Amino acid sequence: MLLTRKTDSAGTPGSRLYRAMGARIATMDRRAFLKRSGLVAGAGAFASQLPYGTMGKAQAADEANVKTEVHRTVCTHCSVGCSIDAVVENGVWTRQEPVFDSPLNLGAHCAKGASIREHGHGELRLKTPMKLVNGKYQKITWDQAINELGDKLIAIRKESGPDAVFWVGSSKHSNEQAYLLRKFVSYFGSNNCDHQARICHSTTVAGVANTWGYGAMTNSYNDMQNTKCALYIGSNAAEAHPVSLLHMLHAKETGAKMVVVDPRFTRTAAKADYYVRIRSGTDVAFIFGMLYHIFKNNWQDDKYIHDRVYGMDKVKEDVMAKWSPDKVQEVTGIPEAEVYRVAEMMAKNRPSTIVWCMGQTQHSTGNAFVRASCILQLALGNVGVSGGGTNIFRGHDNVQGATDVGPNPDSLPGYYGVAQGSWKHFAAVWGVDYDWILKQFASQAMMEKPGMTVSRWIDGVLEKNELIDQDSNLRAIVYWGHAPNSQTRGKEMVEAMKKLDVIAIIDPYPSATAAMAAMVRKDNVYLLPAATQLETSGSVTASNRSVQWRERVIRPLFDSQTDHAIMYAFAKKFGWGPEFIKNYEMWKPDGDAKWEEPTPESVLREINRSTWTIGYTGQSPERLKLHMKNQHTFDVKSLRAQGGPCDGDYYGLPWPCYGTPEIKHPGSPNLYDQSKNMMHGGGCFRANFGVERDGVNLLAEDGSYPKDCEITTGYPEFDHVLMKKLGWWDELTDAEKKAAEGKNWKTDLSGGIQRVTMKHGAHPWGNAKARAVVWNFPDGIPQHREPLYSPRPDLVAKYPTHDDKKAFWRLPTLYKTVQDTNVKDKVSEKYPLILTSGRLVEYEGGGDETRSNRWLAELQQENFVEINPVDANDRGVRNGEYVWVKTPTGAQIKVKAMVTDRVGKGTTFIPFHFAGWWMGRDMLEFYPEGSAPIVRGEAVNTATTYGYDSVTMMQETKTTLCQVEKLTA
Amino acid sequence: MARMKFLCDAERCIECNSCVTACKQEHEIPWGVNRRRVVTINDGVPGERSISVACMHCSDAPCMAVCPVDCFYKSEDGVVLHDKDLCIGCGYCFYACPFGAPQFPQTGAFGVRGKMDKCTFCAGGPEPDRSAAEFQKYGRNRLAEGKLPACAEMCSTKALLGGDGDMIANIYRDRVTHRGKGGEVWGWATAYKLPAGGTPGAQPGAPGAAPPAAPPPAGGTKS
Repeated sequence: MLLTRKTDSAGTPGSRLYRAMGARIATMDRRAFLKRSGLVAGAGAFASQLPYGTMGKAQAADEANVKTEVHRTVCTHCSVGCSIDAVVENGVWTRQEPVFDSPLNLGAHCAKGASIREHGHGELRLKTPMKLVNGKYQKITWDQAINELGDKLIAIRKESGPDAVFWVGSSKHSNEQAYLLRKFVSYFGSNNCDHQARICHSTTVAGVANTWGYGAMTNSYNDMQNTKCALYIGSNAAEAHPVSLLHMLHAKETGAKMVVVDPRFTRTAAKADYYVRIRSGTDVAFIFGMLYHIFKNNWQDDKYIHDRVYGMDKVKEDVMAKWSPDKVQEVTGIPEAEVYRVAEMMAKNRPSTIVWCMGQTQHSTGNAFVRASCILQLALGNVGVSGGGTNIFRGHDNVQGATDVGPNPDSLPGYYGVAQGSWKHFAAVWGVDYDWILKQFASQAMMEKPGMTVSRWIDGVLEKNELIDQDSNLRAIVYWGHAPNSQTRGKEMVEAMKKLDVIAIIDPYPSATAAMAAMVRKDNVYLLPAATQLETSGSVTASNRSVQWRERVIRPLFDSQTDHAIMYAFAKKFGWGPEFIKNYEMWKPDGDAKWEEPTPESVLREINRSTWTIGYTGQSPERLKLHMKNQHTFDVKSLRAQGGPCDGDYYGLPWPCYGTPEIKHPGSPNLYDQSKNMMHGGGCFRANFGVERDGVNLLAEDGSYPKDCEITTGYPEFDHVLMKKLGWWDELTDAEKKAAEGKNWKTDLSGGIQRVTMKHGAHPWGNAKARAVVWNFPDGIPQHREPLYSPRPDLVAKYPTHDDKKAFWRLPTLYKTVQDTNVKDKVSEKYPLILTSGRLVEYEGGGDETRSNRWLAELQQENFVEINPVDANDRGVRNGEYVWVKTPTGAQIKVKAMVTDRVGKGTTFIPFHFAGWWMGRDMLEFYPEGSAPIVRGEAVNTATTYGYDSVTMMQETKTTLCQVEKLTA
Repeated sequence: MARMKFLCDAERCIECNSCVTACKQEHEIPWGVNRRRVVTINDGVPGERSISVACMHCSDAPCMAVCPVDCFYKSEDGVVLHDKDLCIGCGYCFYACPFGAPQFPQTGAFGVRGKMDKCTFCAGGPEPDRSAAEFQKYGRNRLAEGKLPACAEMCSTKALLGGDGDMIANIYRDRVTHRGKGGEVWGWATAYKLPAGGTPGAQPGAPGAAPPAAPPPAGGTKS
């Protein structure tokens, strides 16, 4: 019997419903369903989806006169690189459709990607240029902004030198914009520029590159479908990279094991086969504890280690001597059986992969954590193997690209460094004299000295002048697409903001920087509205090194201008406009409504011509656009195109894509993979550290080489001398010979050396061993060192931190002094809880953009601290009530208590996306009117403490100390 | 003829809320109204599982049975829809619905005079397909465009499946076969009476550990 009374009522003639039914649905048959459902793994299954560029054209009668366009773009939140088809009607972004053809995301999105259309409306954006006048933001014109701010920067440069200005660039810029900003700062005459990568994966980039070649994710999200076991340690992918789980959960369904090691039982852990709770900041001890069992049970891959790894014997000695199970348990809190089980799962289910993110990188010993992870994978023979690798998930949508070609203080685009040879290489590419660039700098010494880092700019302002390694303290800062609340020591940041001569913020949103500055200043703050990446075109590099092309969705909203147009405007103001745009086509995409700017295509071509080191040379704009149009031809598991116009290419030509676009290198899906021919994306470890050390061969052993290579043993990197010795020189054309004479594979602008070596199946960078011992780092073999703010003072004596450093990235940097003082002052007794921070799925980065999106803001309306029920009850704290979180800096932040077993006893967690409250006070009045984010809250970094990585200046955010107190009064 | 159904695979749902925001932006749903939400049990402890819930488009819908003005109707595809011009906003359907699907917004296009609003399976309402009036009252009519509901189409892990019930059953069955186990949290435990005291999804003494009962079959690429 049915519940419903009148099952046939809808069919009664004459009823309103009957009328309605007459016009009802075009129903969906099975074929239509399959097309739309997006449920089959192979991208080819969606070939019958509406063709690219035509979707949305068919409109209902009452929409007949609407001009509808569909633009394919890429989500601007995280590094997965999800494609989006944006439907634009009469210039207004009205709808977004999933792109089932994309092999990276198959139409899937997280909460951020599924609501990205809000960016097309952006009611809370920064709408016009503004300046702070007597503590309030007032509207000004662009002319006034460029002239006033420009004059002030010129005056500071004249009085105190070009290094007195710090430029914080952005991992949200396109590759072209990031590249242009590095050029821009160089022409300004400084290396004082940085971006989010510093506080995201700088320890990974340095640690991993020094181990085997490139500081990047070795495989891909897609390749995780081929793994048999994945160890997530320091990654909460379910919240930070949700769509990556599409691939992992698929692998899990076909038998792969999934292990999560984390201080929190994260949403990723909820999906795992096995979860292990670790004390925050003890990853080296845990991973070496795994290696102890691997060596003890002979699970290591001896042949692989012999052929391709240097120094594993020394690591083994260290591991067996120091990391017996009792010591591992003492440090990490994890019993032997659990460590053993993880080691066994990784060893017996090969290929196995490791995933890490900020949980490993954001520590004062981050470089050691990431190298320990590399060593684990090398011991198991997992690197250079499909299904294996180190799957290092990057954060922002283009943090990989901005790291590769953007504003880094220690390098020109393509990791060329800042030595004289690098400057000469880029002077040639940019078409200016080396001497002209030199003249822009304070001196040649400053030109070749790495700049300060975004994690430390506040010390560049506040530190005593005689202790810093440049003439002047910082007097101005330009926040160009970067949040302030993602950097630690917020309390000191506002002190630095007070002291600066001028602050400029160039951003689509005013950001917390504007509010913090207005809270402590009366004037000399400028806000310039930048366009988003949805309002311009350009290339973006996903975490797996695939480069995708974004079409422009809408024209820049309000009075905003594209970042590259703003750069050109300032370049003209500073007097080197012509030098800045020398090789570019210029255009005005919106006629006279917006400014003139270089075409992204012509900038990308210059990147193609210059970045031989990392193979950003083969990804011409034409090839990238062809990939975007033919996404459906790429296989989801291998990322390789099967037939069609991109036949044989890997999706997005994942770098390295060596040689010129004409030689059609297909990109490298998995780095260091010897099972493939060089011209099919194969590779080997880089010969970057000499040919031998202390009599030990650093090159690969006999029989270890990329498939089909004519040299069947290790060899050094290629230069003109080696080419001649091998008799390959004459295979260069005359023009190539002319360009390649005296050059090597990185500096030969003709690409001839790369072309010919690859023709012989050889890797232009040589064929060497990976280094388990990185002798040029403070700890050649990764060591466990207690964090500066250790909850275990009893272990500090056993595992002390480094000695203090003078002039490190131009600044004195403290280690031992801070740690010893903390032990002496019994800081861990006053602040007994570990404070760690991380992401929420709804928000991204500093969160100003996502907290301004009403569809996201509704889902997370307040910041909170996760606290274990035991710790909460001991403090009389109840779920859902406000508490003070106090830290040793004297800061206190007001957040709601979330009492949960997600964190263990003794650990607290606060998400870092919030800003807009300052130690209990709403900062609404300090935002430009009508531009404050919908959701505001305390920034955890207002309260975080000192601590920086001993190689890269990564800030310590993951392990510090706090106390939680019930809110009284 | 299809019979449209949703199914949320708890083994895949990661509580990312993409279904929620996809729905909100597609239909321009105002703050405070949730046609779809993600429900989590065992939050923060082993056994944590989530599912996304909206109107289930029941074959024999209790809301239809109780509505005093008979504003509900069912499309040829089995989608349960209602007519906001007939609805009196009494909330009786809210009593009847086992899933809390009906929503009662107070203001805005969706809430004129406090009418009930709920998931339409992206199939609009009684007004002409894809008309402005339909969009204003019910949101987009994606089925009429040959598309499926936005929430299911954009799900980050393809946990939320929406479409012809037969097709969905096939997909889910395929996943279950590969996993060697069924849904451990919603549905199966009730249906197949797990032993008393057995906590679905968690292994005693090993947090989060849940090895498959049987080795999964080799190969297979269905996602």
